[in-house]
Amino acid sequence: MLYLNNVKKAFRNPDGSQLPIIDVPEFHIGPGEQMVLAGRSGSGKTTLLHVISGISRPDSGSVKVDGFDLTLLPEAECDRFRAERIGYVFQTFNLLPGFSALENVLLGMRFANGRPDVARARRLIERVGLSHRLHHKPTMLSVGEQQRVAVARALANKPKLLLADEPTANVDTGHQQQILELLREACGEEKVALILVTHTPEVAAQFDRLEQLEEINRAVRTPVNCLS
Amino acid sequence: MSLWKIAWRSIQQRSLASTLTAISMALGVALVVTVLVLHDVIDQSFRRGAQGYDMIVGAKGGQLELVLSTAYNIGRPIENIPYNYYEELLPGGRFAAQVETAIPVCLGDSYEGFLVIGTLPERFTKLHYLDGRNYEFAEGRNFEVDHFYEAVIGAYVSQQTGLKIGGEMRPTHGVAEKGEAGHKHRPFQVVGILAPTGTPLDRNVFVNMEGFYHLEGHSHHSAGHDADTGSDHADHDHDHVDSNKPVPEDAKRVTAVLVCTEPTAVMTLAKQINEGATAQAALPAQVMIELLDGIVGNVQVILLLLAVLVVVVAGIGILVSIYNSMSDRRREIAIMRALGARRWTVMLVILLESILLAQGGGALGLLLGHGMIGALGPTILEYTGIAIGTLHFSWTELVLVPGLVVLAALVGYLPAVIAYRTDVAQAL
Repeated sequence: MLYLNNVKKAFRNPDGSQLPIIDVPEFHIGPGEQMVLAGRSGSGKTTLLHVISGISRPDSGSVKVDGFDLTLLPEAECDRFRAERIGYVFQTFNLLPGFSALENVLLGMRFANGRPDVARARRLIERVGLSHRLHHKPTMLSVGEQQRVAVARALANKPKLLLADEPTANVDTGHQQQILELLREACGEEKVALILVTHTPEVAAQFDRLEQLEEINRAVRTPVNCLS
Repeated sequence: MSLWKIAWRSIQQRSLASTLTAISMALGVALVVTVLVLHDVIDQSFRRGAQGYDMIVGAKGGQLELVLSTAYNIGRPIENIPYNYYEELLPGGRFAAQVETAIPVCLGDSYEGFLVIGTLPERFTKLHYLDGRNYEFAEGRNFEVDHFYEAVIGAYVSQQTGLKIGGEMRPTHGVAEKGEAGHKHRPFQVVGILAPTGTPLDRNVFVNMEGFYHLEGHSHHSAGHDADTGSDHADHDHDHVDSNKPVPEDAKRVTAVLVCTEPTAVMTLAKQINEGATAQAALPAQVMIELLDGIVGNVQVILLLLAVLVVVVAGIGILVSIYNSMSDRRREIAIMRALGARRWTVMLVILLESILLAQGGGALGLLLGHGMIGALGPTILEYTGIAIGTLHFSWTELVLVPGLVVLAALVGYLPAVIAYRTDVAQAL
């Protein structure tokens, strides 16, 4: 499903020198597989997810998702590919404030093939337990409810791969497990590969596969396990 | 979920700023609409007022003065011409071969602020108005040539004064404003009320010309009653005793003659008359075109430019409003991009937002502009005789729709480029 080969990305320091953020010789995940990617703050987790999703371009290397090398696609094609095949759940939800829960999910469909499936959007909202909040805007939703809408939006276009960047970090403890279970069950039902980034040991322990970013990313490799 | 809806939601999120921006655009558009419609109405009214005849013959002087005073009741008549000069335009006269119809008009009196015009009944049977329409009477009939003291009034005169068929109208000597005191002549009986024509005639009172001549000061009567000598007339009715007989022709004078010429004779006849020493011939259509294009038109162009400037300033308001919001909206734009929206898509959303604000303000401005025109209509009618309604529409207004789209695209371009260039990773 996902295959990274010699992916590198660096940012520019104020003095003009390069600051390597990503240097991944190889990384892969199979169809429908669910895994956790753990790393300390500043280890390049979000940057790696941006590269995988096509939001950022690597400086070199290939990023193959569902057989397509994103680095070879023009930007517009890459944007459309991301809309159609990759779901993204952000740490801070990133719902559009002017749109209701249902409309946020429909927006996720809008930029893919342009034909929003209202019935599917309603089913997803119901699946995440918010059928009574269909027409509520984010300001009227609790934190946990907002993240559930974000999960529904990420699944809107039946993606092959779902990226979750610390999805429970801003959710209260009482609802964190709820969000986690929702993600895992929904991805399992739709056979979506899941990469979940976290630095919470309790979350990581629930997954069969755990990768330390420091071990796969040579740019920040240290012998210290961030979850120990 | 169309891009229009996304743009509309963005506007709703900033409802106060959006409303204020739309209102400023509305005010600018209302001003443009008002100027356009008034320009249209003034243009049409001046062009329409002198339709129905080819030429006005009157005393030597300014052609514009002659046309304005005779056809539009604006300003005072220059002077009078001898009655026998008018007769040169009649069958048997010097100019007869080039003339189809010649109708005399005599000015000098007023009634309740409305001009009283002495003329012949043929004024309403041989002349037409606008594009060849016949005069019609809403009530009553035309006055008869042998009934010296009959009058016909325009529709607006009837409405404002309450004069009805059978009522009496006493002209005031001289052109007086409504309510001004002055010497009042003997009464004329109203026998007809003209149907509205949309021309200055609606504001006139027409009296039998013969009766007009019998009024004091309107003829140089040779039977011992020379009005110029100032002799004492206290011992008898100043409006002449022998009022049932026509006034001798050598005592009559005419203010102007409305002439319909043979089709190809206009320029030749005008040249002949203008080369003479007694009178001048003015071609109303030509004179009014020169006035409208040369003076009135220029003033209206300046007014229109000022109004357009107001619209442009309002457009800049849209630019400022959307531009200022971009720093708050970088994240939203980045979210849309992260969801798969292309650069052109987010750019288009911003442009659509600008267009919606401009068109929304424009629609409101159209309503406001026409509302203002409707509200001002009665006042304009009272002072100028020009009837304008709320629904009076200038075809030039159609330019507003594409014009506002272009303006919106121009002012929306800079914020749209900012959206286009948003760095998604940074903004998230």
